[in-house]
Amino acid sequence: MGSIWEYANPVKFSQTVSRFLMPVAVLAAIATIVGLVWGFFFTPDDYRQGSTVKIIYLHVPSALMAINIWFMMLVTSLIWLVRRHHVSALAAKAAAPVGVVMTLIALWTGAVWGQPMWGTWWAWDPRLTSFLILFLFYLGYIALWEAIDNPDTAADLTAVLCIVGSVFAMLSRYAVNFWNQGLHQGASIMRAGAVTGADTEEKVSNVFFYPLMMCIIGFVLFFVALVLLRTRTEIHKRRTRALLARERLA
Amino acid sequence: MKALLFRDLKLAFRAGGGFGLGIAFFLIVVILVPFSVGPESGLLTKIAPGVLWLGALLACLLSLDRILALDWEDGTLDLVATSPLPLEGVVSVKALAHWLTTGVPLVVAAPVFGVLLNLPPQGFVWLVTSLALGTPALSVIGTFGAALTVGIKRGGLLLSLLILPLYVPTLIFGAELARRGAEGQDVATPLLMLAGITFGVIALLPFASALVLRMNLR
Repeated sequence: MGSIWEYANPVKFSQTVSRFLMPVAVLAAIATIVGLVWGFFFTPDDYRQGSTVKIIYLHVPSALMAINIWFMMLVTSLIWLVRRHHVSALAAKAAAPVGVVMTLIALWTGAVWGQPMWGTWWAWDPRLTSFLILFLFYLGYIALWEAIDNPDTAADLTAVLCIVGSVFAMLSRYAVNFWNQGLHQGASIMRAGAVTGADTEEKVSNVFFYPLMMCIIGFVLFFVALVLLRTRTEIHKRRTRALLARERLA
Repeated sequence: MKALLFRDLKLAFRAGGGFGLGIAFFLIVVILVPFSVGPESGLLTKIAPGVLWLGALLACLLSLDRILALDWEDGTLDLVATSPLPLEGVVSVKALAHWLTTGVPLVVAAPVFGVLLNLPPQGFVWLVTSLALGTPALSVIGTFGAALTVGIKRGGLLLSLLILPLYVPTLIFGAELARRGAEGQDVATPLLMLAGITFGVIALLPFASALVLRMNLR
Protein backbone atom coordinates (compact mmCIF):
# COMPACT_ATOMS: atom_id res chain seq x y z
CA MET A 1 0.00 0.00 0.00
CA GLY A 2 1.44 3.30 -1.11
CA SER A 3 0.47 6.82 -0.19
CA ILE A 4 -3.09 7.92 0.33
CA TRP A 5 -2.97 9.87 -2.94
CA GLU A 6 -3.21 6.64 -4.90
CA TYR A 7 -6.88 6.63 -4.04
CA ALA A 8 -7.27 9.94 -5.82
CA ASN A 9 -7.39 7.84 -8.98
CA PRO A 10 -11.11 7.26 -9.59
CA VAL A 11 -10.62 3.71 -10.86
CA LYS A 12 -8.49 2.73 -7.89
CA PHE A 13 -10.96 4.45 -5.60
CA SER A 14 -13.92 2.58 -7.07
CA GLN A 15 -12.12 -0.75 -6.71
CA THR A 16 -11.29 -0.03 -3.09
CA VAL A 17 -14.84 1.04 -2.41
CA SER A 18 -16.18 -2.17 -3.89
CA ARG A 19 -13.97 -4.13 -1.54
CA PHE A 20 -14.72 -2.18 1.66
CA LEU A 21 -18.29 -1.00 1.24
CA MET A 22 -19.99 -4.21 2.35
CA PRO A 23 -17.96 -4.81 5.54
CA VAL A 24 -18.23 -1.20 6.61
CA ALA A 25 -21.99 -1.13 6.01
CA VAL A 26 -22.48 -4.38 7.93
CA LEU A 27 -20.35 -3.16 10.84
CA ALA A 28 -22.29 0.12 10.85
CA ALA A 29 -25.60 -1.73 11.00
CA ILE A 30 -24.40 -4.01 13.79
CA ALA A 31 -22.97 -1.20 15.90
CA THR A 32 -26.02 1.01 15.47
CA ILE A 33 -28.51 -1.75 16.20
CA VAL A 34 -26.57 -3.07 19.20
CA GLY A 35 -26.07 0.45 20.54
CA LEU A 36 -29.71 1.44 20.11
CA VAL A 37 -31.18 -1.78 21.50
CA TRP A 38 -28.75 -1.73 24.41
CA GLY A 39 -29.51 1.90 25.02
CA PHE A 40 -33.26 1.68 24.70
CA PHE A 41 -33.98 -1.56 26.55
CA PHE A 42 -31.06 -2.41 28.81
CA THR A 43 -30.22 0.84 30.54
CA PRO A 44 -32.02 2.22 33.60
CA ASP A 45 -34.08 5.40 33.41
CA ASP A 46 -32.36 8.55 34.54
CA TYR A 47 -33.43 9.43 38.07
CA ARG A 48 -34.54 12.91 37.07
CA GLN A 49 -35.24 12.73 33.36
CA GLY A 50 -37.01 9.37 33.36
CA SER A 51 -37.08 7.50 30.10
CA THR A 52 -36.77 10.66 27.97
CA VAL A 53 -33.02 10.44 28.47
CA LYS A 54 -32.93 7.59 25.95
CA ILE A 55 -33.20 9.92 23.01
CA ILE A 56 -29.57 10.73 23.77
CA TYR A 57 -28.60 7.69 21.69
CA LEU A 58 -29.84 9.44 18.57
CA HIS A 59 -29.28 13.04 19.57
CA VAL A 60 -25.61 12.99 20.52
CA PRO A 61 -24.25 10.88 17.63
CA SER A 62 -26.16 12.87 15.01
CA ALA A 63 -25.06 16.20 16.48
CA LEU A 64 -21.48 14.99 16.61
CA MET A 65 -21.65 13.86 12.98
CA ALA A 66 -23.29 17.07 11.80
CA ILE A 67 -20.26 19.07 12.89
CA ASN A 68 -17.65 16.54 11.87
CA ILE A 69 -19.12 16.09 8.40
CA TRP A 70 -18.74 19.81 7.78
CA PHE A 71 -15.15 19.53 8.97
CA MET A 72 -14.56 16.62 6.60
CA MET A 73 -16.03 18.69 3.76
CA LEU A 74 -13.64 21.50 4.67
CA VAL A 75 -10.65 19.14 4.45
CA THR A 76 -11.73 17.60 1.15
CA SER A 77 -12.47 21.07 -0.27
CA LEU A 78 -8.94 22.18 0.62
CA ILE A 79 -7.50 19.04 -0.99
CA TRP A 80 -9.51 19.75 -4.13
CA LEU A 81 -8.34 23.35 -4.34
CA VAL A 82 -4.70 22.48 -3.71
CA ARG A 83 -4.22 19.15 -5.48
CA ARG A 84 -7.15 19.06 -7.92
CA HIS A 85 -8.21 15.50 -7.17
CA HIS A 86 -11.71 15.02 -8.48
CA VAL A 87 -12.52 12.27 -5.99
CA SER A 88 -11.94 14.75 -3.19
CA ALA A 89 -14.43 17.28 -4.58
CA LEU A 90 -16.97 14.54 -5.21
CA ALA A 91 -16.57 13.22 -1.67
CA ALA A 92 -17.41 16.68 -0.32
CA LYS A 93 -20.45 16.80 -2.58
CA ALA A 94 -21.49 13.32 -1.44
CA ALA A 95 -21.12 14.17 2.24
CA ALA A 96 -23.23 17.33 2.26
CA PRO A 97 -26.72 15.72 2.07
CA VAL A 98 -25.72 13.27 4.81
CA GLY A 99 -24.62 16.22 6.90
CA VAL A 100 -27.87 18.09 6.39
CA VAL A 101 -29.87 15.03 7.45
CA MET A 102 -27.70 14.60 10.56
CA THR A 103 -28.26 18.25 11.44
CA LEU A 104 -32.00 17.78 11.01
CA ILE A 105 -31.99 14.66 13.19
CA ALA A 106 -30.07 16.51 15.89
CA LEU A 107 -32.48 19.46 15.77
CA TRP A 108 -35.53 17.23 15.68
CA THR A 109 -34.53 14.88 18.49
CA GLY A 110 -33.41 17.91 20.45
CA ALA A 111 -36.87 19.43 20.09
CA VAL A 112 -38.53 16.18 21.12
CA TRP A 113 -36.24 15.95 24.12
CA GLY A 114 -36.52 19.61 24.98
CA GLN A 115 -40.30 19.59 25.09
CA PRO A 116 -40.67 17.49 28.28
CA MET A 117 -37.38 18.68 29.85
CA TRP A 118 -37.35 22.41 29.22
CA GLY A 119 -41.04 22.75 28.50
CA THR A 120 -40.44 24.06 24.99
CA TRP A 121 -39.76 22.66 21.54
CA TRP A 122 -37.42 25.41 20.63
CA ALA A 123 -35.45 28.09 22.43
CA TRP A 124 -32.98 30.56 20.98
CA ASP A 125 -30.24 28.91 22.94
CA PRO A 126 -26.66 29.27 21.59
CA ARG A 127 -26.24 25.60 20.74
CA LEU A 128 -29.63 25.33 19.08
CA THR A 129 -29.11 28.53 17.16
CA SER A 130 -25.65 27.46 16.03
CA PHE A 131 -27.13 24.27 14.67
CA LEU A 132 -29.80 26.17 12.82
CA ILE A 133 -27.08 28.30 11.23
CA LEU A 134 -25.11 25.17 10.37
CA PHE A 135 -28.26 23.82 8.73
CA LEU A 136 -28.48 26.97 6.59
CA PHE A 137 -24.81 26.59 5.61
CA TYR A 138 -25.48 23.04 4.45
CA LEU A 139 -28.52 24.13 2.45
CA GLY A 140 -26.60 26.94 0.75
CA TYR A 141 -23.73 24.59 -0.04
CA ILE A 142 -25.99 21.97 -1.63
CA ALA A 143 -27.99 24.60 -3.51
CA LEU A 144 -24.82 26.05 -5.01
CA TRP A 145 -23.72 22.60 -6.20
CA GLU A 146 -27.08 22.07 -7.84
CA ALA A 147 -27.23 25.49 -9.47
CA ILE A 148 -24.04 25.32 -11.54
CA ASP A 149 -23.82 23.23 -14.68
CA ASN A 150 -20.07 23.03 -15.20
CA PRO A 151 -18.89 20.41 -12.66
CA ASP A 152 -15.39 21.84 -12.23
CA THR A 153 -16.65 25.38 -11.66
CA ALA A 154 -19.22 24.03 -9.23
CA ALA A 155 -16.52 22.14 -7.32
CA ASP A 156 -14.31 25.24 -7.19
CA LEU A 157 -17.04 27.60 -6.04
CA THR A 158 -18.48 25.27 -3.42
CA ALA A 159 -14.99 24.60 -2.07
CA VAL A 160 -14.40 28.31 -1.55
CA LEU A 161 -17.86 28.66 -0.04
CA CYS A 162 -17.08 25.82 2.35
CA ILE A 163 -13.84 27.47 3.49
CA VAL A 164 -15.30 30.96 3.87
CA GLY A 165 -18.38 29.42 5.47
CA SER A 166 -16.25 27.61 8.05
CA VAL A 167 -14.68 30.87 9.15
CA PHE A 168 -18.09 32.51 9.43
CA ALA A 169 -19.55 29.47 11.18
CA MET A 170 -16.95 29.79 13.91
CA LEU A 171 -17.57 33.51 14.08
CA SER A 172 -21.30 32.84 14.39
CA ARG A 173 -20.71 30.33 17.14
CA TYR A 174 -18.86 32.96 19.13
CA ALA A 175 -21.38 35.69 18.32
CA VAL A 176 -24.32 33.51 19.28
CA ASN A 177 -22.67 32.57 22.57
CA PHE A 178 -22.23 36.22 23.32
CA TRP A 179 -25.79 37.02 22.29
CA ASN A 180 -27.59 34.63 24.60
CA GLN A 181 -26.51 32.42 27.48
CA GLY A 182 -28.30 29.15 27.09
CA LEU A 183 -30.39 26.35 28.48
CA HIS A 184 -28.47 23.55 26.84
CA GLN A 185 -25.96 21.75 29.02
CA GLY A 186 -22.32 21.64 27.99
CA ALA A 187 -20.78 18.61 26.36
CA SER A 188 -20.68 16.02 29.12
CA ILE A 189 -19.55 12.82 27.45
CA MET A 190 -15.81 13.30 27.66
CA ARG A 191 -15.81 15.23 30.87
CA ALA A 192 -13.23 14.08 33.43
CA GLY A 193 -14.14 10.76 34.99
CA ALA A 194 -16.50 9.59 32.29
CA VAL A 195 -14.12 6.87 31.18
CA THR A 196 -12.36 6.20 34.45
CA GLY A 197 -15.69 5.84 36.21
CA ALA A 198 -15.23 8.40 38.94
CA ASP A 199 -18.75 9.25 39.96
CA THR A 200 -19.53 12.93 39.67
CA GLU A 201 -22.98 14.19 39.00
CA GLU A 202 -22.34 16.06 35.76
CA LYS A 203 -20.78 13.47 33.54
CA VAL A 204 -22.61 10.72 31.73
CA SER A 205 -22.50 7.56 33.80
CA ASN A 206 -20.84 4.45 32.37
CA VAL A 207 -24.18 2.68 32.15
CA PHE A 208 -25.18 5.19 29.49
CA PHE A 209 -21.70 5.83 28.16
CA TYR A 210 -20.97 2.41 26.58
CA PRO A 211 -24.15 2.07 24.51
CA LEU A 212 -23.76 5.72 23.54
CA MET A 213 -20.21 5.05 22.35
CA MET A 214 -21.58 2.11 20.38
CA CYS A 215 -24.12 4.36 18.70
CA ILE A 216 -21.48 6.94 17.87
CA ILE A 217 -19.26 4.30 16.30
CA GLY A 218 -22.28 3.03 14.38
CA PHE A 219 -23.11 6.51 13.07
CA VAL A 220 -19.51 7.15 12.01
CA LEU A 221 -19.32 3.86 10.12
CA PHE A 222 -22.72 4.51 8.60
CA PHE A 223 -21.50 7.89 7.38
CA VAL A 224 -18.31 6.37 5.94
CA ALA A 225 -20.33 3.74 4.09
CA LEU A 226 -22.74 6.33 2.71
CA VAL A 227 -19.99 8.66 1.55
CA LEU A 228 -18.08 5.84 -0.14
CA LEU A 229 -21.22 4.72 -1.90
CA ARG A 230 -22.34 8.20 -2.91
CA THR A 231 -18.87 9.20 -4.09
CA ARG A 232 -18.70 6.11 -6.24
CA THR A 233 -22.11 6.94 -7.66
CA GLU A 234 -20.91 10.45 -8.50
CA ILE A 235 -17.85 9.02 -10.25
CA HIS A 236 -20.03 6.67 -12.27
CA LYS A 237 -22.41 9.49 -13.09
CA ARG A 238 -19.57 11.61 -14.35
CA ARG A 239 -18.15 8.78 -16.41
CA THR A 240 -21.57 8.16 -17.95
CA ARG A 241 -21.80 11.80 -18.89
CA ALA A 242 -18.36 11.70 -20.47
CA LEU A 243 -19.24 8.59 -22.44
CA LEU A 244 -22.49 10.14 -23.67
CA ALA A 245 -20.64 13.25 -24.75
CA ARG A 246 -18.11 11.16 -26.66
CA GLU A 247 -20.92 9.22 -28.30
CA ARG A 248 -22.51 12.44 -29.50
CA LEU A 249 -19.23 13.63 -30.99
CA ALA A 250 -18.56 10.40 -32.86
CA MET B 1 -9.93 52.15 -10.48
CA LYS B 2 -11.24 55.62 -9.78
CA ALA B 3 -12.86 55.62 -13.20
CA LEU B 4 -14.53 52.32 -12.37
CA LEU B 5 -15.85 53.70 -9.09
CA PHE B 6 -17.27 56.83 -10.74
CA ARG B 7 -18.79 54.74 -13.50
CA ASP B 8 -20.54 52.52 -10.97
CA LEU B 9 -21.76 55.49 -8.98
CA LYS B 10 -23.07 57.27 -12.07
CA LEU B 11 -24.88 54.17 -13.23
CA ALA B 12 -26.46 53.79 -9.82
CA PHE B 13 -27.62 57.38 -9.50
CA ARG B 14 -29.13 57.68 -12.96
CA ALA B 15 -32.61 56.52 -13.73
CA GLY B 16 -33.13 52.78 -13.39
CA GLY B 17 -29.98 52.38 -11.35
CA GLY B 18 -31.86 51.25 -8.29
CA PHE B 19 -30.37 53.91 -6.06
CA GLY B 20 -33.55 54.61 -4.14
CA LEU B 21 -34.58 50.99 -3.90
CA GLY B 22 -32.75 50.13 -0.70
CA ILE B 23 -33.85 53.18 1.18
CA ALA B 24 -37.46 52.84 0.01
CA PHE B 25 -37.45 49.26 1.27
CA PHE B 26 -35.99 50.40 4.58
CA LEU B 27 -38.77 52.96 4.88
CA ILE B 28 -41.42 50.33 4.14
CA VAL B 29 -40.09 48.00 6.85
CA VAL B 30 -39.93 50.76 9.43
CA ILE B 31 -43.42 52.04 8.65
CA LEU B 32 -45.03 48.62 8.61
CA VAL B 33 -43.56 47.45 11.92
CA PRO B 34 -45.75 49.69 14.15
CA PHE B 35 -48.80 48.56 12.21
CA SER B 36 -47.96 44.92 12.83
CA VAL B 37 -46.85 45.05 16.48
CA GLY B 38 -49.03 47.91 17.71
CA PRO B 39 -48.34 51.59 18.45
CA GLU B 40 -47.36 51.19 22.11
CA SER B 41 -44.32 53.42 22.53
CA GLY B 42 -42.58 51.34 25.21
CA LEU B 43 -42.58 48.29 23.00
CA LEU B 44 -41.37 50.28 20.00
CA THR B 45 -38.54 51.76 22.04
CA LYS B 46 -37.49 48.29 23.04
CA ILE B 47 -37.44 46.80 19.56
CA ALA B 48 -36.34 49.92 17.61
CA PRO B 49 -32.57 49.08 17.38
CA GLY B 50 -33.28 45.56 16.21
CA VAL B 51 -35.91 46.59 13.67
CA LEU B 52 -33.68 49.31 12.25
CA TRP B 53 -30.80 46.90 11.87
CA LEU B 54 -33.01 44.26 10.30
CA GLY B 55 -34.44 46.80 7.85
CA ALA B 56 -30.96 48.00 6.89
CA LEU B 57 -29.75 44.44 6.39
CA LEU B 58 -32.71 43.47 4.21
CA ALA B 59 -32.34 46.66 2.19
CA CYS B 60 -28.70 45.73 1.57
CA LEU B 61 -29.66 42.18 0.63
CA LEU B 62 -32.18 43.46 -1.89
CA SER B 63 -29.59 45.26 -4.00
CA LEU B 64 -26.81 42.66 -3.86
CA ASP B 65 -27.47 40.97 -7.17
CA ARG B 66 -27.01 44.29 -8.94
CA ILE B 67 -23.36 44.51 -7.86
CA LEU B 68 -22.00 42.22 -10.54
CA ALA B 69 -24.88 40.68 -12.48
CA LEU B 70 -25.47 43.63 -14.85
CA ASP B 71 -21.77 43.94 -15.67
CA TRP B 72 -21.65 40.20 -16.22
CA GLU B 73 -24.54 40.26 -18.66
CA ASP B 74 -23.25 43.04 -20.89
CA GLY B 75 -19.66 41.78 -20.85
CA THR B 76 -18.16 44.66 -18.89
CA LEU B 77 -16.82 42.22 -16.35
CA ASP B 78 -14.80 40.33 -18.98
CA LEU B 79 -13.24 43.59 -20.14
CA VAL B 80 -12.42 44.65 -16.61
CA ALA B 81 -10.95 41.24 -15.85
CA THR B 82 -8.64 41.38 -18.86
CA SER B 83 -7.52 44.91 -18.00
CA PRO B 84 -4.35 45.36 -15.94
CA LEU B 85 -6.40 46.12 -12.81
CA PRO B 86 -6.05 43.44 -10.13
CA LEU B 87 -9.38 41.68 -9.71
CA GLU B 88 -9.10 42.00 -5.92
CA GLY B 89 -9.12 45.77 -6.41
CA VAL B 90 -12.06 45.56 -8.79
CA VAL B 91 -14.25 43.67 -6.33
CA SER B 92 -13.22 46.05 -3.55
CA VAL B 93 -14.28 49.00 -5.69
CA LYS B 94 -17.54 47.25 -6.51
CA ALA B 95 -18.18 46.74 -2.80
CA LEU B 96 -17.29 50.36 -2.09
CA ALA B 97 -19.69 51.57 -4.79
CA HIS B 98 -22.43 49.37 -3.34
CA TRP B 99 -21.77 50.75 0.12
CA LEU B 100 -21.81 54.37 -1.09
CA THR B 101 -25.09 53.89 -2.93
CA THR B 102 -26.84 51.64 -0.38
CA GLY B 103 -25.07 51.71 2.98
CA VAL B 104 -24.45 55.44 3.33
CA PRO B 105 -28.05 56.50 2.55
CA LEU B 106 -29.25 53.96 5.12
CA VAL B 107 -26.90 55.38 7.73
CA VAL B 108 -28.06 58.91 6.97
CA ALA B 109 -31.73 57.99 7.00
CA ALA B 110 -31.58 55.79 10.12
CA PRO B 111 -31.93 58.64 12.69
CA VAL B 112 -35.09 59.87 10.97
CA PHE B 113 -36.53 56.37 11.07
CA GLY B 114 -35.36 56.12 14.67
CA VAL B 115 -37.73 58.98 15.52
CA LEU B 116 -40.58 57.05 13.93
CA LEU B 117 -39.82 54.07 16.16
CA ASN B 118 -39.45 56.13 19.34
CA LEU B 119 -35.75 55.45 19.79
CA PRO B 120 -34.51 57.00 23.06
CA PRO B 121 -32.28 60.12 22.62
CA GLN B 122 -29.04 58.53 23.77
CA GLY B 123 -29.54 55.74 21.21
CA PHE B 124 -29.10 57.85 18.08
CA VAL B 125 -25.32 58.18 18.28
CA TRP B 126 -24.85 54.45 18.70
CA LEU B 127 -27.41 53.57 16.05
CA VAL B 128 -25.56 55.68 13.48
CA THR B 129 -22.18 54.42 14.71
CA SER B 130 -23.23 50.79 14.52
CA LEU B 131 -24.72 51.16 11.04
CA ALA B 132 -21.77 53.18 9.76
CA LEU B 133 -19.42 50.53 11.09
CA GLY B 134 -21.51 47.51 10.11
CA THR B 135 -22.85 48.28 6.63
CA PRO B 136 -19.41 48.12 4.95
CA ALA B 137 -19.17 44.52 6.17
CA LEU B 138 -22.62 43.83 4.68
CA SER B 139 -21.48 45.24 1.31
CA VAL B 140 -18.20 43.29 1.26
CA ILE B 141 -19.81 40.00 2.28
CA GLY B 142 -22.57 40.65 -0.24
CA THR B 143 -20.01 41.17 -2.99
CA PHE B 144 -18.57 37.76 -2.18
CA GLY B 145 -22.05 36.25 -2.54
CA ALA B 146 -22.64 38.13 -5.78
CA ALA B 147 -19.31 36.86 -7.14
CA LEU B 148 -20.27 33.29 -6.21
CA THR B 149 -23.62 33.40 -7.98
CA VAL B 150 -22.77 35.71 -10.88
CA GLY B 151 -22.87 32.95 -13.48
CA ILE B 152 -26.29 31.68 -12.42
CA LYS B 153 -29.39 32.90 -14.16
CA ARG B 154 -31.91 34.31 -11.68
CA GLY B 155 -29.56 33.55 -8.80
CA GLY B 156 -31.24 36.05 -6.49
CA LEU B 157 -32.84 33.48 -4.20
CA LEU B 158 -29.68 31.39 -4.05
CA LEU B 159 -27.69 34.52 -3.28
CA SER B 160 -29.97 35.28 -0.32
CA LEU B 161 -29.66 31.71 0.96
CA LEU B 162 -25.86 31.80 0.74
CA ILE B 163 -25.55 35.23 2.31
CA LEU B 164 -28.04 34.70 5.13
CA PRO B 165 -25.78 32.69 7.45
CA LEU B 166 -22.78 34.87 6.58
CA TYR B 167 -24.64 37.95 7.78
CA VAL B 168 -25.45 36.50 11.21
CA PRO B 169 -22.36 37.66 13.17
CA THR B 170 -22.53 41.19 11.78
CA LEU B 171 -26.22 41.45 12.58
CA ILE B 172 -25.78 40.13 16.12
CA PHE B 173 -22.99 42.51 17.05
CA GLY B 174 -24.44 45.47 15.16
CA ALA B 175 -27.90 45.17 16.68
CA GLU B 176 -26.39 44.46 20.10
CA LEU B 177 -24.30 47.62 19.85
CA ALA B 178 -27.35 49.70 18.90
CA ARG B 179 -29.45 48.11 21.67
CA ARG B 180 -26.87 48.62 24.39
CA GLY B 181 -26.38 52.20 23.21
CA ALA B 182 -30.11 52.85 23.38
CA GLU B 183 -30.36 51.35 26.87
CA GLY B 184 -27.28 53.18 28.11
CA GLN B 185 -25.21 50.07 28.81
CA ASP B 186 -21.52 49.45 28.24
CA VAL B 187 -20.91 49.25 24.49
CA ALA B 188 -17.20 48.33 24.35
CA THR B 189 -17.47 44.60 23.54
CA PRO B 190 -19.94 44.70 20.63
CA LEU B 191 -18.27 47.84 19.31
CA LEU B 192 -14.88 46.15 19.14
CA MET B 193 -16.33 42.93 17.73
CA LEU B 194 -18.27 44.76 15.03
CA ALA B 195 -15.20 46.79 14.09
CA GLY B 196 -13.16 43.59 14.05
CA ILE B 197 -15.60 41.85 11.70
CA THR B 198 -15.81 44.83 9.37
CA PHE B 199 -12.08 45.42 9.05
CA GLY B 200 -11.44 41.69 8.89
CA VAL B 201 -13.77 41.13 5.97
CA ILE B 202 -12.58 44.27 4.18
CA ALA B 203 -9.01 43.02 4.44
CA LEU B 204 -9.55 39.35 3.59
CA LEU B 205 -12.80 38.70 1.76
CA PRO B 206 -11.92 40.56 -1.50
CA PHE B 207 -9.31 37.86 -2.12
CA ALA B 208 -11.98 35.17 -1.89
CA SER B 209 -14.36 37.24 -4.03
CA ALA B 210 -11.71 37.74 -6.72
CA LEU B 211 -10.89 34.04 -6.58
CA VAL B 212 -14.47 32.91 -7.20
CA LEU B 213 -14.95 35.60 -9.84
CA ARG B 214 -11.92 34.25 -11.70
CA MET B 215 -13.40 30.75 -11.46
CA ASN B 216 -16.67 32.04 -12.86
CA LEU B 217 -15.03 33.95 -15.70
CA ARG B 218 -12.90 30.99 -16.78
